[in-house]
Amino acid sequence: MKRRPVTVAVTGMNARPDNPGPGLAVARCLKESRQFDARVLGLSYDALDPGLYLPQWSDASHLLPYPSSGEESFMERLAGLHEASGFDVLLPCLDAELPTLSRLVPWLDKLGVATMLPTAEQIRLRSKDRLNELADEAKIDCPETKSVFREDFFRTATDEGFDYPLVIKGLFYDAKITHTQDEAVAAFRRIAGEWGLPVLVQKFAAGEEINLTGIGDGAGRLIGAVMMKKRALTDKGKAWAGISIHDEALLAAARRLVAATRWRGPLEVEVMRGADGRFSLIEINPRFPAWIYLSVGIGQNLPETLVRLAMGEKVAELPPAPAGILFIRYAQEVIVPLSDFEAVVTTGGLHV
Amino acid sequence: MNTANSAVARDDTPRAAQFPAPEIIGRLAVSTSGFVFDPVSGASFSVNASGLAVLRAIQAGATDMATIVHALGVEFDAAPAVLERDVMEFAGRLRKAFR
Repeated sequence: MKRRPVTVAVTGMNARPDNPGPGLAVARCLKESRQFDARVLGLSYDALDPGLYLPQWSDASHLLPYPSSGEESFMERLAGLHEASGFDVLLPCLDAELPTLSRLVPWLDKLGVATMLPTAEQIRLRSKDRLNELADEAKIDCPETKSVFREDFFRTATDEGFDYPLVIKGLFYDAKITHTQDEAVAAFRRIAGEWGLPVLVQKFAAGEEINLTGIGDGAGRLIGAVMMKKRALTDKGKAWAGISIHDEALLAAARRLVAATRWRGPLEVEVMRGADGRFSLIEINPRFPAWIYLSVGIGQNLPETLVRLAMGEKVAELPPAPAGILFIRYAQEVIVPLSDFEAVVTTGGLHV
Repeated sequence: MNTANSAVARDDTPRAAQFPAPEIIGRLAVSTSGFVFDPVSGASFSVNASGLAVLRAIQAGATDMATIVHALGVEFDAAPAVLERDVMEFAGRLRKAFR
């Protein structure tokens, strides 16, 4: 098959071993696409993100201003990059970007940039402080979650039925299991300092964590799904090794979630499976996970499928993915000539 | 025979009482080396030759202790009582693995 040319801008090219962004893995999936001869523009927020310096996966690399620094400068940068590089599709990979980019979809359309993003309402629905409502709609158990603005909450948490252990979470990232009031207050302070308020307090769901990543077509269908059990964790609880699984009950739950929200775009569903086999919904991430390269490993290249959908192709539901394929992550050093680092720092781009 | 008595009778069969549910054993990928993978939980473990023979027997349709012990007896030269004890111990380990 002749591979079609496409240029895709991918964000989140950071790759800290304890908590890597998904961008580099998404770029790698696209470069290994059998359908597309993909040119990848790696977009990042930090000159030390290694994905900027890996030409095998990022043909050109650029820095972006943080969305929090103002929508106008963010749009200006994207428009400039589009004019210079002419990317066809934008595939954002970071939670914090999505509210802004979802709002900008009509503008991106006008610019000629295709996207496959959840709507602002869908992003709100999956937000950690509203997860219980969504779980109810999709008929999945979900541990009770409370938005907390003051550390005083932990003095009376048990009176309100929030017994330890409790999971303390940032609105976008980070989670810490705490067993005492002191631990909870320390986690609250750290997470509030890093990610702002509110901090979310979730009742602990016992069991083993399993994850599913897939794509909603925006009309209620789950187009593809890859399920994974973590087999080794980083200090932050991220997968360092994992194995593909096939669990019909999890697949059915994900289908219900996608149908209930008419989810559009990528998502990651995180659940705990209790000893009784029941699921508790822990989190829904509105993007591909950092372990998305497993989708290529099992013959179901989800980023490639997302690009097809973004470009308006009709895509049939992908066949079930096989169980028993492992991934094992490893850390490597990228050697960067000073001139490349200088180019990123001073001009905001590389390999242009 | 009333329903309650039937239930008791079923629960008393060693196979039903000791091993994880047949659908769990049935879904396991069991290699000739004794490496076992559960495609639903993602768990994997290794079993020795006798464990492998027990899993193979159950996956082939053995539903009671006598049949499993008979299948083991074909491969291993040991008294039925010894084989039965091994099977019981193995069943306990499997139950823990799939708790």
